Amino acid sequence: MAVILNINGKDVTVSSPPETPLLWALRDELGLTGTKYGCGIAQCGACTVHLNGQPQRSCQTPVGALAGVKIQTIEGLGGAHPLQTAWVARDVPQCGYCQSGQIMSAAALLARTPRPTDADIDQAMSGNICRCGAYQRIRAAIKEAAGLGA
Amino acid sequence: MNAPLAPSRRAFVISATAIAGGALLVGCSVADALSIGAADPDFGAFGPFIQIGPDGAVTVICKHIEFGQGSHAGLAAIVAEELDADWSKVRVVEAPADAKVYANLTLGVQGTGGSSAIANSWDQLRSAGAAARSMFVSAAAQLWSVPATEISVKDSVVSHVSGRHASFAELIPAAAKIAPPKTPALKDPKTYTLIGTDRVRRKDSAAKSTGLARYTQDVRLPGMRVAMVAHPPRFGGKVKSFDDTATRKAPSVVDVFEIPSGVAVVAESTWAARQGRELLKVVWDDSKAETRGTDELLAFYRTVAAGHGPDSVKWQTFETRGDAAGAFGGDVLQAAYDFPYLAHATMEPMNCVAEIGAGKKKLTFGSQIPTIDQLNTGAIIGALPGSVEIETLFAGGSFGRRANFQSDYVAECVHIAKRLGDGRPLKLVWTREDDMTAGYYRPLAHHALQVALGPDGLPHAWRQRVVIQSVIKGSPMPQSGVDSTAVEGAMGSPYLTGTPVVDGRVALMEVGAPVLWWRSVGATHTAFVMEHTIDRLARKAGRDPVDYRRALYQRAGPAGARHRAVLDLAVAKAPWGKPAPGYAQGVAVHASFGSVVAQIAEVKLDGKVPRVGRVVTAIDCGTAVAPDQIAAQMEGGTCLGLAAALYGAITLKDGYVQQRNFDRYRVLRMNEAPQVETYILPSTAPPSGVGEPGTPVIGPAVANALLALTGQPTESLPFVA
Repeated sequence: MAVILNINGKDVTVSSPPETPLLWALRDELGLTGTKYGCGIAQCGACTVHLNGQPQRSCQTPVGALAGVKIQTIEGLGGAHPLQTAWVARDVPQCGYCQSGQIMSAAALLARTPRPTDADIDQAMSGNICRCGAYQRIRAAIKEAAGLGA
Repeated sequence: MNAPLAPSRRAFVISATAIAGGALLVGCSVADALSIGAADPDFGAFGPFIQIGPDGAVTVICKHIEFGQGSHAGLAAIVAEELDADWSKVRVVEAPADAKVYANLTLGVQGTGGSSAIANSWDQLRSAGAAARSMFVSAAAQLWSVPATEISVKDSVVSHVSGRHASFAELIPAAAKIAPPKTPALKDPKTYTLIGTDRVRRKDSAAKSTGLARYTQDVRLPGMRVAMVAHPPRFGGKVKSFDDTATRKAPSVVDVFEIPSGVAVVAESTWAARQGRELLKVVWDDSKAETRGTDELLAFYRTVAAGHGPDSVKWQTFETRGDAAGAFGGDVLQAAYDFPYLAHATMEPMNCVAEIGAGKKKLTFGSQIPTIDQLNTGAIIGALPGSVEIETLFAGGSFGRRANFQSDYVAECVHIAKRLGDGRPLKLVWTREDDMTAGYYRPLAHHALQVALGPDGLPHAWRQRVVIQSVIKGSPMPQSGVDSTAVEGAMGSPYLTGTPVVDGRVALMEVGAPVLWWRSVGATHTAFVMEHTIDRLARKAGRDPVDYRRALYQRAGPAGARHRAVLDLAVAKAPWGKPAPGYAQGVAVHASFGSVVAQIAEVKLDGKVPRVGRVVTAIDCGTAVAPDQIAAQMEGGTCLGLAAALYGAITLKDGYVQQRNFDRYRVLRMNEAPQVETYILPSTAPPSGVGEPGTPVIGPAVANALLALTGQPTESLPFVA
């Protein structure tokens, strides 16, 4: 029943049952705990990963549906992504729990819209909840990473 | 400028008998008693708050949890300033649980709350840093045979006027042998090079931007199992019976058993535990459960406030002055306000890891009040509290939720681990639904007011009735006198200080839904009531809201001076009277946790939904240790307060919680977030609270803008029902 997944550029074998959400396979089986559980119903965005470059909620994605899909998690972003640099430069995180999901949503935004408007940012980021309310720093950091000043 | 505010801080009073289960303890303080069973730690040469490695690297041990509020940055900066350490290389670690050494000097136990982390540590950590610095200076003076007065320290390098210098690393062997001075000389604040500057930055941003920061949810240990618990759907419900046949057949389920708070399902993974719990069939006994709904409760609260409640209602006076008889005739503003239950809804739902048995007594999680968690754990497993080890991790938010007298979710985890009893790590995971329906909400509240204006247009007589549950009932906090957590912000308000006739009373209700502090506690409702009522009175008197407040602060004397100063700062920065096109301005000012915050919010209506643009914030929080983190707390506190004001409500129907996840418990999102500008009033007073005071001001500021826009007051929150 093992599933082979391509995660952050590497093929890995996952033994979780195929109906297991990718979120729990990442966290419990593979130890990729940067992707967070927040709501389990695709309302908060804390579990956002990229599937073939598109931002998706891993809590709603069964591993059995992911053969041949390129999966990228926060761990695969490298640490020196312009967004991560901007996040640190502006001390965006407070509790930090939602920030992996925020950054993955923002990375997908910049990949398709390198110079986003405020409306683009609203559209791309409003699915990600931050209870600490770091929103204005997230917006400023996205603009900084996009070379738009802030 | 620094008139004392009404005491708003709590202290825990824990008797030695409560700690040792009745065993007689003679000749030991409470802090000693709380440490009974603890190992006798060796902190090294520089004491319990500072470690300096052989390479000279400085590590600050923080006795406060970091759950977003930036306390680690501020605490480390206080030490680094006095020590003259190289800030770029300072590291931060969390202290272990040890009340004797790491007690919060305000609370009296080890714990974080009441926006007190920086304030209670201020003298303690300045002294710790200064003592360590003095040891390096003395060591260098001895080694170089020069007077200590000719030595300076900068960026972890000790220098003599001659140019001779040595690093902390080089001097450690000698410095560690110097006896630390008992009362080290502290710096003149005018010479600070770190405190109060934007160089004070978070130490955890990189870890939190790469997924590497470790939260309870992320704990993975060899042999670890995961538990979920089926909880009663109503507060006060109990398990009558359960059928676990299907659960036990599910893959990776290890065990199923009843615990005091429900039925636990233990499995090899989180998803397996969840699937196993889905298959469980539980019959609940609701004979003692709360079955009322919030509509029914609010109707009852209103009846009580109107004086028509049952004889069992006990009114307590929180503020009284003058003769109320006959003072409320004539033209009186009648106002009443309803406030819903609020869930904290932290991004990381509650969770805990426990290792109990086989000689282990360890918890690993985001412990906000380790001493209480030790006490409750010790009581469950029959161990001395000090012997319970706690490793405190980052928490994905708290807003008060993890500071729970019953250690509710911790106790649940400990009960399960105790039953398993093999010492293997057991992680309790709550789903979002578990978290949101578990109670410990900001209490439902109702305020009823009558205010009579004098000939000068200012309040002459102020009557206020507050009906609410108590968050400190049954807690180890002092129970005598008025429950300040229910009325703080009304009690001690400068608006009441100058009012000739005051009749303020509170009635505490008994409801089965458990309640708890929620970021800014009493101010979550009192700030709204006081500030919105003031705008309604200004309108009634035909006065500008800012001018009206200035007159009230002047009338209050010293009690209004800090309010006046932050109001003036916000008015100048906004500026007041010049909103962005299409927006109306609303102002509010509120003091909490020793600090005073003024906000001027620009608001417009999008259909029935208020939209908030720019929010100018002025704060007097005494000495500003970490200005950028103060700004972050104003930004974030405003968002949390706005989320609550716009949408926040937990409602009960027949005792069942109606909101189970973020689909029905709506919170603020990116497209609704205001742009907050923060201005810090210069001050030489000791630091006061920052984490909470930014939260309660935005609600009334928005209500006041809406009053200006529509002429209609807001008497019930949330704005968008």
